[in-house]
Amino acid sequence: MAILVDKNTRVLVQGLTGREGTFHAKASAAYGTQIVGGVTPGKGGTTHEGWPIFNTVREAAEVTGANATVIFVPPPFAADAIMEAADAELDLIVCITEGIPTLDMVKAWEFLQDRRSRLIGPNCPGIISPGKCKIGIMPASIHKEGNVGIVSRSGTLTYEAVHQLTQRGIGQSTAIGIGGDPIIGTTFVDALDLFNRDPETEAVIIIGEIGGNAEETAAEFVKGHMKKPVVGFIAGQTAPPGRRMGHAGAIISGGRGTAAEKIKALESAGIRVAKSPAAIGETLAAALGTPPERRFLQTTNDQGQTTA
Amino acid sequence: MKIHEYQGKAILKKYGVTVPRGAMADSRDEAEAVARELLNSGANGVVVKAQIHAGGRGKGGGVKIAKSVSEVGELAARMLGMRLVTHQTGPEGRIVRRLLIEETLPIEKELYLGILVDRAEGKPVFMASAAGGMEIEQVAAENPEAILKQYIDPGMGLEAFQARKIAFKLRLKPHQISPAVQFLSNLYKAFLDTDASLVEINPFITTSDGRLFALDAKVNFDDNALFRHPDLRELRDITEEDPLEVEASKYSLNYIKLDGNVGCMVNGAGLAMATMDIIKYAGGMPANFLDVGGGASSEQVAHAFEILLSDRNVKAVLINIFGGILRVDTLATGVVEAARKTQIKLPVVLRLEGTNVDEGKKILMNSGLNFVVSDTMKDAADKVVAAARGTLGVTEWR
Repeated sequence: MAILVDKNTRVLVQGLTGREGTFHAKASAAYGTQIVGGVTPGKGGTTHEGWPIFNTVREAAEVTGANATVIFVPPPFAADAIMEAADAELDLIVCITEGIPTLDMVKAWEFLQDRRSRLIGPNCPGIISPGKCKIGIMPASIHKEGNVGIVSRSGTLTYEAVHQLTQRGIGQSTAIGIGGDPIIGTTFVDALDLFNRDPETEAVIIIGEIGGNAEETAAEFVKGHMKKPVVGFIAGQTAPPGRRMGHAGAIISGGRGTAAEKIKALESAGIRVAKSPAAIGETLAAALGTPPERRFLQTTNDQGQTTA
Repeated sequence: MKIHEYQGKAILKKYGVTVPRGAMADSRDEAEAVARELLNSGANGVVVKAQIHAGGRGKGGGVKIAKSVSEVGELAARMLGMRLVTHQTGPEGRIVRRLLIEETLPIEKELYLGILVDRAEGKPVFMASAAGGMEIEQVAAENPEAILKQYIDPGMGLEAFQARKIAFKLRLKPHQISPAVQFLSNLYKAFLDTDASLVEINPFITTSDGRLFALDAKVNFDDNALFRHPDLRELRDITEEDPLEVEASKYSLNYIKLDGNVGCMVNGAGLAMATMDIIKYAGGMPANFLDVGGGASSEQVAHAFEILLSDRNVKAVLINIFGGILRVDTLATGVVEAARKTQIKLPVVLRLEGTNVDEGKKILMNSGLNFVVSDTMKDAADKVVAAARGTLGVTEWR
């Protein structure tokens, strides 16, 4: 199962002919993802690394039968690329681009409201269902097929969580980076809802950070609807107020959006929160309860490494 | 990006938003000249406002009223060069380098107006409140129903009926409604055209003779949109920023100086914050936030390393990289280059994982430089905190 992407997902790459687009399309294809073509306006009719290139997303989708797209288009043109993909009625749009002007995203967000496409990102690492499909820039090798869903506002921190799980022998159903921007497509609640319905997902990790109130909204959803154990981590416990911590959305303003508030909200919804980022895997394992047969085979040292 | 009040007002004025008459002055002579002109052309009094990128200036002694040119001269002489401390500057305060000299107005009511993008709704929102002069966060916490939130459909813009709704909520008089609609529309246009992330008018005032003014103006721009506003980029005042942060911004690095002694260099904003957190968890204090970004080159990494080492408080460095787009070998090349160039004597703990990690580790091993390599975040944090305290055992070096 997994959510949103699997072996049948057929993926276009908008910006395939660029440096990043080429590098990550190849890596995704090597992982077994069905990359079916690229879109670069003006280069339609050519091929790139063996993939057909189209001028428009609609044409590319019609010819290749693609149902998803990943966007590696530079920031000034990325919101337009999102809208073009939505206009072509693709099921899933994954936007990796970082640095899109907020007011461009306001427009794209409005455009998406009455269309069928789901947007993941922007400013995100993408989505991976280990062993099935990888759409994005995450390092493939750290993942392992399994039953834990991960949803996160941060890219590299997602890798960290995945790595800690894999080292403990715990696999992942799907890992989604929803992005660090103020305006994003798929939210924590959307992802939690999908994981809740996915029979293959047994537990979920939610990784938030300072700024906004998405974690608080997620906590409410967990309290009211979630049937599976959820564990969390919030980055930015030491962040000073009023400063933008890298991500456009990561800012504590007027005393709101602090890590402490978010941790409190998660905990009050029954979510186990790892205080240290090194303890995410351990906290999840505790929530799942280590299967008895494993207890005899493995011990875990305090650095989170699993030894036989 | 933040700008000064006088710059914000100049922009708003261009869009037809009414602001008090006045001009910026950075010397006593200039301040007196502006005051003279204002007083000779009908102003009853003059206000001298310190220009720094922080709020709470009035309480800190950065806003003073004068009745004569000589009084303005004395105030200007006192304020220019002074260290203004407000609740937003931190205890170190900011040096006042520029003043805004403005006419005083007969204030009748102080109101609040703000425009920003609501993250959850995905659209711009106008916020209005009759409680002007107070911080809006305080109003929101104590009396949320006093704030009107008017969401703007980005495809349509601010409609006249929405602007009227705001004007009535502010309890403006009948003859002020139509000028208020104009004022609000102009304000929204300025917000959109400049790709602002915040336009805040606090207070928005009515005068006893019925006019409307933006008495203060806080305008912030979306950094991501500055590429299409070269004119606005010119408004940046680097004297308001930390010199190391200015240096970092030249190389597109996200660096924020903090107070601790453990320097850290990380890729990805979330992991960078988490790294700061785990340093604190291990008993240390981070000296900075530094995200070298996804697509950093080895040159950028080298610059990043130099910048974080030029903070004199740094006693040990933690490099935590989880290679995704940024490949670990690229990172390693940059670190080795910078370590050689700066002839670093400080202990450096590295925790590397992800794309091309083995190649990266090889580059570090073969460099002949003294690095501590660690496999997990926890271990790396423990080691770097010990190193900063000078208690990391020699045997742990390799």
